[in-house]
Amino acid sequence: MENLIALLVAAPLLGAAVLLCGGRRLDRAGHWLGTLLAAASFGIGAALFADMLGRGADDRTMRQHLYSWIPVEGFQADIAFQLDQLSMTFVLLISGVGTLIHVYSIGYMEHDERRRRFFGYLNLFLAAMLLLVLADNYLLLYVGWEGVGLASYLLIGFWQHKPSAATAAKKAFLVNRVGDMGLSIAIMLMFTTFGTFAFRPVLASAGETSEGMLTAIGLMLLLAACGKSAQVPLQSWLGDAMEGPTPVSALIHAATMVTAGVYLIVRSGAIFNGAPDAQLVTAIVGAVTLLFGAVVGCAKDDIKKALAGSTMSQIGYMVLAAGLGPIGYVFAIMHLVTHGFFKAGLFLGAGSVMHGMNDEVDMRKYGGLRRYMPVTFVTFGLGYLAIIGFPGLSGFFSKDRIIEAAFAKGGTEGWILGSVALLGAAITAFYMTRVMLMTFFGEKRWQPAPDADAAADVEPSAGHRPGEMPHPHESPKSMTVPMIVLAFGSVFAGGFFAIGDRFLNWLEPVTGYEHGHPPVSALTVTLATMAVLAVGVAIAWAMYGRRPVPVTAPRGSLLTRAARRDLLQDDFNHVVLVRGGEHLTRSLVYVDHSLVDGVVNGTAASVGGLSGRLRKLQNGYARSYAVSMFGGTAILIAATLLMRAV
Amino acid sequence: MDFPLLTVTAAVPAAGAVLTAAVPAARRTAAKWLALLFSLATLALAGLVAARFDPGGERYQLTESHAWIADFGVRYELGVDGIGVALIGLTALLVPFVIAAGWKDADPLETRSPRWRPTQGFFALILLVEAMVIISFEATDVFLFYIFFEAMLIPMYFLIGGFGDRAHAGTDEKAAAQRSYAAVKFLLYNLAGGLIMLAAVIGLYVVAGNFSLQEITAARAAGTLDMATNTERLLFLGFFFAFAVKAPLWPLHTWLPNAMGEATAPVAVLITAVVDKVGTFAMLRFCLGLFPEASKWATPVVLVLALVSIVYGALLAVGQRDIKRLIAYASISHFGFIILGIFAMTSQGQSGATLYMVNHGLSTAALMLVAGFLISRRGSRLIADYGGVQKVAPVLAGTFLIGGLATLSLPGLAPFVSEFLVLVGTFSRYPVAGIVATLGIVLAALYTLVLYQRTMTGPVKEEVRRMPDLRPRELLVVAPLIALLIGLGVYPKPLTEIVNPAVEHTMSDVKQKDPKPEVAVGSENGEAGQ
Repeated sequence: MENLIALLVAAPLLGAAVLLCGGRRLDRAGHWLGTLLAAASFGIGAALFADMLGRGADDRTMRQHLYSWIPVEGFQADIAFQLDQLSMTFVLLISGVGTLIHVYSIGYMEHDERRRRFFGYLNLFLAAMLLLVLADNYLLLYVGWEGVGLASYLLIGFWQHKPSAATAAKKAFLVNRVGDMGLSIAIMLMFTTFGTFAFRPVLASAGETSEGMLTAIGLMLLLAACGKSAQVPLQSWLGDAMEGPTPVSALIHAATMVTAGVYLIVRSGAIFNGAPDAQLVTAIVGAVTLLFGAVVGCAKDDIKKALAGSTMSQIGYMVLAAGLGPIGYVFAIMHLVTHGFFKAGLFLGAGSVMHGMNDEVDMRKYGGLRRYMPVTFVTFGLGYLAIIGFPGLSGFFSKDRIIEAAFAKGGTEGWILGSVALLGAAITAFYMTRVMLMTFFGEKRWQPAPDADAAADVEPSAGHRPGEMPHPHESPKSMTVPMIVLAFGSVFAGGFFAIGDRFLNWLEPVTGYEHGHPPVSALTVTLATMAVLAVGVAIAWAMYGRRPVPVTAPRGSLLTRAARRDLLQDDFNHVVLVRGGEHLTRSLVYVDHSLVDGVVNGTAASVGGLSGRLRKLQNGYARSYAVSMFGGTAILIAATLLMRAV
Repeated sequence: MDFPLLTVTAAVPAAGAVLTAAVPAARRTAAKWLALLFSLATLALAGLVAARFDPGGERYQLTESHAWIADFGVRYELGVDGIGVALIGLTALLVPFVIAAGWKDADPLETRSPRWRPTQGFFALILLVEAMVIISFEATDVFLFYIFFEAMLIPMYFLIGGFGDRAHAGTDEKAAAQRSYAAVKFLLYNLAGGLIMLAAVIGLYVVAGNFSLQEITAARAAGTLDMATNTERLLFLGFFFAFAVKAPLWPLHTWLPNAMGEATAPVAVLITAVVDKVGTFAMLRFCLGLFPEASKWATPVVLVLALVSIVYGALLAVGQRDIKRLIAYASISHFGFIILGIFAMTSQGQSGATLYMVNHGLSTAALMLVAGFLISRRGSRLIADYGGVQKVAPVLAGTFLIGGLATLSLPGLAPFVSEFLVLVGTFSRYPVAGIVATLGIVLAALYTLVLYQRTMTGPVKEEVRRMPDLRPRELLVVAPLIALLIGLGVYPKPLTEIVNPAVEHTMSDVKQKDPKPEVAVGSENGEAGQ
C-alpha cells in the first residue's frame, strides 16, 4: 500500500503537465481530464484510508522513500513521504473538496476560453498541496508550500487582463514570501541544531535542545504560518485574493491552502510543546486575527470579501487552538475540516449567486434571492447555520471545543483567550446573518449590469450583456451537486467527529492530547456560546432584517470605515513599505549611477588616469584602443613563445 | 600518450571560430550552421569529459602536462575536477542556445547585401569566447590560466561593442556611443583587474618558483612552502580583485548593467552565464587553493561585500526601467549568493555555490533569451512599453514566467537547490549573514513579479496587439532550458555527485570542517536516506 502514496501527488501533477503543455487540442476534454485525475487522487486516498483503518492505532504511519534529493556532504534531503493520521485527514479533505470544486468549475468556467488552463492550474494546486501534507521533511514541505503559493498566484491572477487581479496575485506571492523567510530560517535553525530537518528525528529529539532554540524555531514557523494562513500581521493579501475565480476562493483561499499554516504548527507540535513563549505568541496571533477578520467581515459589502474576512477569522480560531498545545491540536484540525466543508460550500453558494446575478458581488444589490435560487439558498443557509455554530451542525461541535480549550489553558491567559473566542462567536453570528439577510431576504435591490467599460472589470463567467437586468436562476447541476454534497458535510461532519470522540481518538496518536484545566464546565461554555450567538443574530436582524438595506452604503462610523479598508493595514503598508521602498530604490539607482560608478572610476583615475582615458575613448578612440590592446596581448604571447625558444 | 581530450574540447570551438570567420561573405547561413555544428561538437566533447570523469578518482583528472616556458616554470598543464567538469558542461551547453537565439542578431539590415561579413564575425567570436572560457576552466597552471582569463576580453569586447541590441530608444549615433561606452567600460574594468592580477601572478612566481597549481597547493598543505602572512595577503588581494571585477562583486559591478544592456540578449547571456563564471570559479580554485590563510583572513570583508551585492543588486533591479538592465542587477544579486557560498567555507555552501553557478547560468539564459525575443518584437527595452503580452503571446509569457520563477528560486526548480544550500551553508557558520541573505528571497520575488506584471499582464497595449507568439526556433531554444531547470530541481544528484568530492578537496585546502550540529541525532535519519 505504501507505494501508492506517491500516486496521490503524481495523478494531479500529470494532469497539470498535460493540460498546461497540451495546447488547444485538449480544450474540449481538458476539464474532464483534470476532474478525473483529481478524483483518482481521492480514490487512492480513500483506499489508503481504508487500509489505515484496518491497522492498529500505533501502526498507522506509512512511509515511502523515493530517492535522495540533494545529497551533499553533511546534508540530507529526501524525496520521501509520510502518511499518518494527520496527513490522511488532509489528503481526504484536499482531494475530496478538490474534486467537488473541479466538478463545480466545469459549469462555472464554461464560458471562459481559457478553461483548460484553469483546470491545469487547479491540478497543479492539488499536487502541491498534497505534497505539502505528505512530505516527510521540512524541505520537501517547503516545495509544496511554495507550489501552492505558485498555484495561488496563477489562479488569483487568472484574469490577468484585469490590473487589479494581477496586482492581487503579486501581493499574495510577496506577502507569502515574507513568511517563507521564516520557514527558511526555521529549517536552517533545525539543520544547525539537529543536523537534519526530517520530521521524525527533529521532532523526536526536540527535547534535547534549549528552550530558547525551540522558541526561535517555533516563532519562525509561526511567521511562515502567518503568511500562508493570512494571520495578522501578514493577513493583508487574503481579501485581495478574492480577485480570483470563485471556485479558487473556495478551494484555495478557504478550505485548503490557507489552512496549511495550521498544519505546519500542529505537525511541529513537539517543537511548540517545548517553547511555551512561542505557543503563547501563536495563541495571541490567533486571537487577534480572529477578531480582526470578524470585524472586517462585518463591514464588507462584497460578498466574497465578507467571506474572506470570515475565513481569516475562522483560521484565527484554528491558530488559537494550535497555540494551546496538546489541549487544542485535535480541535484545531477538527475545526479545519468542518470549516473546509462549510466555507467551501458558502463560497460555492456565493459563486452560484454571482452566476445568476451578472457577476455582481455587492450584497447591497442582491436581496430576496431565496425564491429564485432555492438550492443555493438551502445549501448556503445550512453552511450559514454551521459556521455560526447552530446546535447540532458541524461548526457547533468544532468551534465549541476550541472555546472550551481556550478556557482550559488556565490562568488569566485562559480567561482572556476564552473570552476573545466567545466574542468572536458573537461577531461571527452577526456578520454571517448580515450576509444571509442581505443576499436572500428583504427587497430586491437588483441593478442592471454595468456598461461595457466596467464590464471588462468583472468576472466573465456568465455571458451577459451590459445594461441588462439580472435574471436570477438556479445554477446547473454540475454546480449545485457539489454544493449539496458540501452542505451534507456542513450539517453532519461535526456531529460524526464529535460523538464518541471519534476524531480525538483518530488523531491523538499523532498530536497528543491533554484535557487541560477548565475553570468552568463544558456545559457552561456551550450555554454561553449559545447566548452570544443569539445576541449576534439578533443585532444583525435588527440592523438588516427589520430595516430595508440601502443600495449605497451609508458613511458609517469611524470603525466601519476603517474596517472597510481592512482596518487601515493596507494603507499602512502602502505608505511605509510601498512608498518607502520606491523612494529607497529610486535613490539607490541614483547612488549607483552617480556615486558608486563615479567613485570606482574616480579611484581608478587617480591611480592610472583611467577616467580621462575612458572619456577620450568614448569619442571614437575605442577601436584603436582595443587594437592596441590586442596587439599588446599578441606581443605578450610572442614573448612567451620566444622565451621558450631561447 | 592518452588522447588529449581537454585540449581537443577547447580546440574544437577555436577551430570552429577560424572556419566560421573564413566562410565567404555571401554564405551567411552556412556560417551560422557551421558555428552551430561546432558548438554541438563541443557539447558532445564536454559530455565525453563528464563521462570519462570519475567522481571517486583523483582530484584532477584527464590531466595533460607539457613543458612550455622552462625558464619561468610555465607549463601547459590541464586538468579538471568536478567543479571544472560542471562548468565546462554549462558552457558547452549554453553556447548552442546562444548561437540559435542569436541566429538573426547579426544579419545585415538590408536583406541582400552580399558584402556583409559581420555575421560570420559574430558567430566566430562567440566560439572563440567559448574556447577561451573552456581552457580557463581546465588550466591548472596559473600563468596559462591568466593568459586566457585576459585574452577572452578581446572577443568579448568586440561582441559588446560591435553587435549591439538593435532595440534602442535614441538615434543610431547615440546607440553606437552608448555601446562603445559599455564595451570600453567592460574592457577597462576587467583590464584593470587583470593588471593587478598580473602583478600578483609574478609575485606568486617569485615566492613559489613555479606556476603549478597542484604543486603549490600540495606544498602549502604539506607545509614545505611558507609564505609570509603579508605576502600571502597581498597576493590573495591581487587575485581576488581581478575575480571580483569579473564576477562582479559590489562595488565593482557597474560595468555589468551597461554591458548587458547594450549587448544583444544572447551576448548578455554569454557575459553573465558563462564568462562571469570564470571569476567565481577562479575564486574557488585559485584564491582558496593557493592562499587558504589569506582567504580566511579576508572572509569577513568578502562576506559583507557579498551580502551588500545580494541586497543592493536586488533593490537596484526593482528600480530599473530597462528589462535587460533589470536582469543584469538580478545577476549581481545572484553573484553575491555564489560568493557568499564560496567564502562561508562549508561543504553545503561550496557545493551550493558551484551548483548556483550552473543553475544561474540556466535560469538567466532562459529569462534573458525570452526577454530578447520579446524585445526584438517590439523594438524597445523599456518595461513601460509593454503590457498585456500574455493575452496575445501566451507561450512567450509562460516561458518568461518560468524563467522568472527560476530567477526567484522557486522550490522545485534547480536554482532553489543551490540557493538553499548556500543559505544553509552560510547560516551554519555565520547565522547573521545567513539571515540577511534570506532577504534576497523576498526581493527576488519583488523584482521578478513586478517585471512580469508590468510587461505581461493588464490591458493589452496597442503596440503589442499584433505581437506574434514564440516561433518554433525560439521555442526550441527555450524548451530544453526549462526542462533542465525542472530536471535539475527535482533530481540534482548527477551534478552533486561530481561536485561533492571537489568541494571536499577545497575544504581540506583551507583546513575547514563543517560546524557540527548541536544535538547529535541518532542513526535513525541516516537509514532513511540510504
